[in-house]
Amino acid sequence: MKTYRAMVLVSNDPLSIERGSQQVYTKLTEEIAAYGLQDEISLSMVSDIGRHDAAPLVIVYPDAVIYGPIAPENVHTLVEEHLYKGRVVAGLQAPLKEMTGRIAWLSARKGTLPAEQRIVLERAGLIDPESIEDYIIHDGYAALGKVLGEMKPADVISELEKSGLRGRGGAGFPTGTKWKFVSKADGAQKYVICNADESEPGTFKDRLILEGDPHSIIEAMTIAAYAVGASEGYIYIRGEYTLAQERMHRAIIKAEEMGFLGDQIFGTDFSFNLHIHSGAGAYICGEETALIESIEGKPGIPRARPPFPTTHGLWGKPTLVNNVETLANVPAILRRGAAWYHSFGTPSSPGTKVYTMLGNVNVTGVVEVPMGITLREIIAIYAKGMKKGSSFKLAQTGGSSGSVIPSSLQDTPMDFDSFSKAGVSLGSGALLICDEDTCVVDLAKVLLNFFRVESCGKCNPCRIGTQRAFEILTTITEGQATLNDLDTLLELSSNLAMMSNCGLGQTAGTPLVDILKYFRAEVEAHIRLKVCPAGVCTMKPHVHPEEKVHQHA
Amino acid sequence: MTIATIDGKVVLEAVNKAVEEHGATIDELIPILNDVNRTLGYLPANALDEISRRLRVPKSQLFSVSSFYRMFSTKPRGKHVVQFCESAPCHVVGGRQVWASLLDHLKIGPGETSPDGNWTLITTSCLGVCGVGPVIIIDDDIYGNVAPDQIAEILARYSETRE
Repeated sequence: MKTYRAMVLVSNDPLSIERGSQQVYTKLTEEIAAYGLQDEISLSMVSDIGRHDAAPLVIVYPDAVIYGPIAPENVHTLVEEHLYKGRVVAGLQAPLKEMTGRIAWLSARKGTLPAEQRIVLERAGLIDPESIEDYIIHDGYAALGKVLGEMKPADVISELEKSGLRGRGGAGFPTGTKWKFVSKADGAQKYVICNADESEPGTFKDRLILEGDPHSIIEAMTIAAYAVGASEGYIYIRGEYTLAQERMHRAIIKAEEMGFLGDQIFGTDFSFNLHIHSGAGAYICGEETALIESIEGKPGIPRARPPFPTTHGLWGKPTLVNNVETLANVPAILRRGAAWYHSFGTPSSPGTKVYTMLGNVNVTGVVEVPMGITLREIIAIYAKGMKKGSSFKLAQTGGSSGSVIPSSLQDTPMDFDSFSKAGVSLGSGALLICDEDTCVVDLAKVLLNFFRVESCGKCNPCRIGTQRAFEILTTITEGQATLNDLDTLLELSSNLAMMSNCGLGQTAGTPLVDILKYFRAEVEAHIRLKVCPAGVCTMKPHVHPEEKVHQHA
Repeated sequence: MTIATIDGKVVLEAVNKAVEEHGATIDELIPILNDVNRTLGYLPANALDEISRRLRVPKSQLFSVSSFYRMFSTKPRGKHVVQFCESAPCHVVGGRQVWASLLDHLKIGPGETSPDGNWTLITTSCLGVCGVGPVIIIDDDIYGNVAPDQIAEILARYSETRE
């Protein structure tokens, strides 16, 4: 493949043509040839890039400098100064503050949702996800250009460590530290994997990033590969996300065509190939070692850890596995710096978090806000309150394995450390908000049914524990349980947490423990009074033990 | 028991196309199975045999993979597959009533195929469209904010296209 030192794009939408973009293009071809740069610089026309205020535009990569409006007589200076001498011509740059219709729309929307801060969803919904040019004009691939042009792999990792970015898949592990582990691991062949097997019930933030801004993930993974020394990467997208897979597939082809991906990226010695791997319907494949097994063509059954994937991952080689949202933060951090990133969120959990708001609230959907905001604020401001004047009973954060939060904890700041201090987990960002018509036992039964079905069956505590817990919860909803059963439930939960092989089993009991901690009276009402206070469970008529024996005889 | 088997040539074509598209390497096994399952509606034994031969993967591994993942079926399914999301976010916004209505209209249980071969009903975990729960998926069509009284009308759309 031919490689170029720089890439020049000329806008060619109807407005630009009207304002002379064709002449600018012709003039550029002549001037580039005059300086003998035709083999070093690629020149192409692109469609509408969304800056009508400054059309026609000329964009120079890898510097991501946007010039406009450009007339044929400006072209000589532009080629001589920028392309030949490498100096940005400040006087010709497009004004930064003027906004297009689409960007102005973002500002208006920000007004209606106060304090929403978009970093990872910055472009989602604003750019055409099928257009690489749209991505480029909105600062896309600028971070990659900066990284490959100015930074050593160690600098990238140290910037990321300074930023304090923590994994957004649920565990909150420091991302820079993980990158460092992989970069320090021995081995000529390393892999980078994007975990897009988003299956945590109530979570669809990663889907929106993949569907709305696919290039941000390609850019982040390429940066990650450069930093850790990998040459191959996989995006593992769950099987149900067909649109995300198709968009990502087309985005990869476009990025390869433009030289952002593939061999000798930006004309450097660095090469990186990216593959899409589809899942096939298994929650457990979101666990990183199960995901790796799945790429290797096996059932998604988690491995024993350690060794961790950072040293023994895909095909036994050092492998970096990051969640979609985590990666989507990376280009912005490298473009704007760690200090900028620290201006959002809390000192120990900087940045933003994408939440999915669900359940009995007026507005459901996705919101991106700084770390440290409280649940009460999210419900009141973004979810526009509880439905039809119903009142808040509980929220489950982080999907099925997350914590159940009672009203009393609504004011806990939502960041990794405040939550763990309060004994709850932030998880994947799902916020299932339930009103007083929700029965806690019925909810727990649905959650345990999920784990029972999704357990891979490798280890006994999980395979048997989730099944037993589900059975006991079923007897409670039928009014057939005894108080001793609650002790059994707690014992099962603690065994699950202590003895399971992977995160699925270890966290399956979390909602049970929380429900018995905060809503024990309601659970006991099912047993002592044979009544479901929320009116959800259909109790079976009580059969006296002696009669039962009699019936069976 | 006799099951109508798919013509061997059709199976071979489906496998060929998938292997060509993805390449005959083990890391493409699941994408290949995905394509074949999508084309044929399930993974017949002769398809697994052929994939085993082409990728040089033991049949035991192929069977363990094809029986592990929810999106694969080793048995033929009905003409239309109805998937019902049984995860908590759909459950708390009225999923139970939708499920009751589905059972009522289809007159089959979870995992079953109707005697006329038109419907298969399966329950599934979260499908990632929780913002509009309760959610059901019929074939490739996603229905959100489903109310129990809409089930009859939704199912009728598929009955009509059948004729």
